[in-house]
Amino acid sequence: MLRFAISTLFLLLLSATQLSAQTEMADIMRSNGKIYVVVVVLATIFAGLFVYLFFLDRKIGKMEKEVKTN
Amino acid sequence: MGKWWWKIACVAFVLYTVIAGFLMPVPRLDILNETIRNLYFHVPMWFTMIVLFGCAFWYSIKFLRSGDMRHDAFAVQFTNTGIFFSILGMLTGMEWAQYTWGAAWSNDPKQLCTAISMLIYFAYSILRSGMRDEEKRAKISAVYNVFAFAMMVPLIFVLPRMVDSLHPGNGGNPAFAKYDLDSNMRLVFWPANAGWILLGVWIASLKVRLALIQNKREEVF
Repeated sequence: MLRFAISTLFLLLLSATQLSAQTEMADIMRSNGKIYVVVVVLATIFAGLFVYLFFLDRKIGKMEKEVKTN
Repeated sequence: MGKWWWKIACVAFVLYTVIAGFLMPVPRLDILNETIRNLYFHVPMWFTMIVLFGCAFWYSIKFLRSGDMRHDAFAVQFTNTGIFFSILGMLTGMEWAQYTWGAAWSNDPKQLCTAISMLIYFAYSILRSGMRDEEKRAKISAVYNVFAFAMMVPLIFVLPRMVDSLHPGNGGNPAFAKYDLDSNMRLVFWPANAGWILLGVWIASLKVRLALIQNKREEVF
């Protein structure tokens, strides 16, 4: 099952790369000197940072409750 | 916990800044070129620092009036987070200056004045770490914090404007008014400031809450 999944994924990736090599699609991620790729990377980093902050916030919230009950 | 809405607003503003800051149109200016987009990231560091130091100033006065050690914790953590943002602002400014003014450090009056006020706040941390007695430390550092804020305001807002400077808004240069902040840039610039200020306050509030928990634990055990 796993082998099947990996091989189909591989085939899909292969076909995708071949497609993109043949024809330039009107893909927003490849236009304008690929600046959108940088924007996506930065957005990912900031989203990750915010997720981290949210979890930290929750953890501190739990600690506050612990201290209150003690 | 409890009030999440401003944290969600913070996330929305900062993510909007990161995306729109790159993709919105900006004025085409020589020398600056695309680096004008740094305005969305470099300037909010200073806005955030000023707000955080302002909060620290407020809590220092509150501490001096009340003697409540919790206000001391607020003042310290807001100052520390403000120092962190000032370092970010200084580094981003030097990186920007390297490629537009030709040198990372050109003894620009605003650079010098902010460097002085940063040193004043560094001295705050050193002053605190040099004292063992908690009450004394809180009282002396609160007085010092009021002094530091009173020094920072003229150093950043007044003195650089009285002499020629490379920074916009100083020495006859227009500030965020004419060519360097058109209506399109305002659409990103002000949300950027709001987002980064909220982020600074968020980080500072987390540090305050941790400090308060630690204080309580020390009392219990």
